[in-house]
Amino acid sequence: MTWDWALDGWIILAGVLSATSCALLGNYLVLRKMSLMGDAISHAVLPGLAIAFILSNSRSAWPMFMGAVIVGVFTALMIEAINRYGKVETGAAMGVVFSTLFAIGLVLIRQVADHVDLDPGCVLYGNIVQIPLDAFGGGIPPAITNLAVVLALNAAFVALLYKELKISSFDPELATTQGINASWMHYALMIMTAVTTVANFEVVGSILVIAMLIVPPVVAHLLTDRLGAMIALSLVVAISAAMGGHVLALFGPGWIGLDATANTSAMMAVVAGMLLALALLFSPHHGLIGRAYHRWALAQRIVQQDILGLLYRWHEMRPGENQPLPREHVLEAVGDGALARWAIRSLLRRCHVESRIVGGCERGLELSKEGRAAATQLIRSHRLWEVYLAKHFNLPPDHLHEPAERMEHFITDELHEQLAHDLTMPSHDPHGRSIPEPDNP
Amino acid sequence: MIVRTPPKKASSSAIAGSLQAEHDVAAPVSIHDMTVAYHRRPVLWDIDYAAPAGQLIGIVGPNGAGKSTLIKACLDLVPRASGSVRFFGNPYKKQRRQIGYVPQRESVDWDFPASALDVVTMGRYGRIPWCVPVRRKDRAKALHCLEQVGMADYATRQISKLSGGQQQRVFLARALVQEAQVYFMDEPFAGVDAATEQAIVILLRELKTQGKTCIVVHHDLQTVPEYFDHVVLLNMRIVASGPTAETFTSENLHRTYGGRLTLLDKAASAVARLGTD
Repeated sequence: MTWDWALDGWIILAGVLSATSCALLGNYLVLRKMSLMGDAISHAVLPGLAIAFILSNSRSAWPMFMGAVIVGVFTALMIEAINRYGKVETGAAMGVVFSTLFAIGLVLIRQVADHVDLDPGCVLYGNIVQIPLDAFGGGIPPAITNLAVVLALNAAFVALLYKELKISSFDPELATTQGINASWMHYALMIMTAVTTVANFEVVGSILVIAMLIVPPVVAHLLTDRLGAMIALSLVVAISAAMGGHVLALFGPGWIGLDATANTSAMMAVVAGMLLALALLFSPHHGLIGRAYHRWALAQRIVQQDILGLLYRWHEMRPGENQPLPREHVLEAVGDGALARWAIRSLLRRCHVESRIVGGCERGLELSKEGRAAATQLIRSHRLWEVYLAKHFNLPPDHLHEPAERMEHFITDELHEQLAHDLTMPSHDPHGRSIPEPDNP
Repeated sequence: MIVRTPPKKASSSAIAGSLQAEHDVAAPVSIHDMTVAYHRRPVLWDIDYAAPAGQLIGIVGPNGAGKSTLIKACLDLVPRASGSVRFFGNPYKKQRRQIGYVPQRESVDWDFPASALDVVTMGRYGRIPWCVPVRRKDRAKALHCLEQVGMADYATRQISKLSGGQQQRVFLARALVQEAQVYFMDEPFAGVDAATEQAIVILLRELKTQGKTCIVVHHDLQTVPEYFDHVVLLNMRIVASGPTAETFTSENLHRTYGGRLTLLDKAASAVARLGTD
């Protein structure tokens, strides 16, 4: 395939306009936990199209558009009513309403307008590649103008009513008590969603409309925790998906050796899905990789500290012997495994622990000067905590070690000082072992 | 307690006069003959109450007594089947800015992408005209109120990363920034740590010294005499109301929590049954 700006430029522009206008509203749908409203509306409008056709007896754009929008808003009202009065959760209410209306639409088309070309396939995929062909003799294709108007409307809606949408999405009751009627905001959002869905699905298909209403906001929500940033990021994701989708549709099949092109709308949705997968993996706070790393780092810290404590006690019980603890014993004590081996390597690398040959070919570990300082601090925390528990909770001495063992890794310097202060500088723990003073004052 | 003698042949203005005469017209909140029903089941019956000005008022009652509903019906958040509520003699719509509201903490989604400061600033939205963005001075006020509840250090933190007590303080700061004369608070003490509980009590007393009226739904009977000057014992009806020392008696509490099968309750359940048949 070759790239032709006169064709592909319009297609990409259509995709970008459509994706951004959907993503703008999608932020609020996702935050209000009604993400599938676009899905419901795009299916439910079918009877609207059919009735508009019957009444106007033409396939001209305006009657069809108005019919679809009216039924779209009616869908939102019905869902709300069933949700509120039928004690049915929103998802189920959506399912009931849109499947019923879709079915009515199919019946109407079969009965009254069977000879008309209302193609269900077109509803799914849209006909985005047709757009440039509609521009006779140059000029702007009409579909582009329509999409641009819808985007402008949505941008104005979100920009002007930013704080009203924000408060009515977060706390509808507070909004209402402040004179910002949350119900009216809800219906305004539903009308905008209906208009956007109807205007877009004819061009790019309902799959892309649904994907662009939901995926960019979800990706953005994974990456940020501010509403303004979320909206901005969702637009970036939408634009990337639209551009990337068309490029991939044109050239993607060629890269894997197929001699064809893929459907542009569908590929845009696929790219959006891939961006979501990336965000799931790499998002700094919620990403799987970030979380796994933090878990590993914490486990490492605990094991390393356990090893330091172990070596400290080993030296403490053999004063003057200067005998290293065999490496095998260390591994056995902290649980042999990748975690423990990595911890030993890391301690050696940071020179907290030194390795020495002890008789034969066995290797032993001992604390370095730095390691000794760190271990002293740790043991001090542990024993201070034991004294604290014994003083305030009246626990028997054999119940003190375990909680102190867990706590020692999380005692900060500040807590440390408070402990020492509260306990008026004790010199021995409840087991009678001395509490070491910090090495470097 | 309730005097209702509507003259049989009276002009409409006389009726209006008799309606208002029951309570102090200038009371911060006066509720007249209010009944609230969900579907056909009555939740609140015949509520008549005038809140004294500048007092801390506790609303106490068992689960399902309609405590939250009472607040929401006053604020036009749930429809009233009958009756009227006046704030300083005016309907709610004319007094919005004089009334602050602290909903239950569970009523919102704390994963919402907003910082503590964002949430507090929402308390100012009613004073900013439509379509006008939040102004710098509103944000400054919000920050000041966060300071008042000891949360200034957390202003930029996303709200789901706050503890329950901190979230409650954010809600209180949001009410403070409304600069209202009357505050409705729905269970502000529920599920908070001891430090936050103390902070809330101090804040309530501070509001009282400023002459504000606070109506607080409260669930911990132990602390009622310590925290509140007035108390309303509620169980679908107002069982008793008045100064805590006189009203918060074991007899009244028994009537509120214990013997649920009083004559009126029987009447209520009979009406409910009629409604569903």
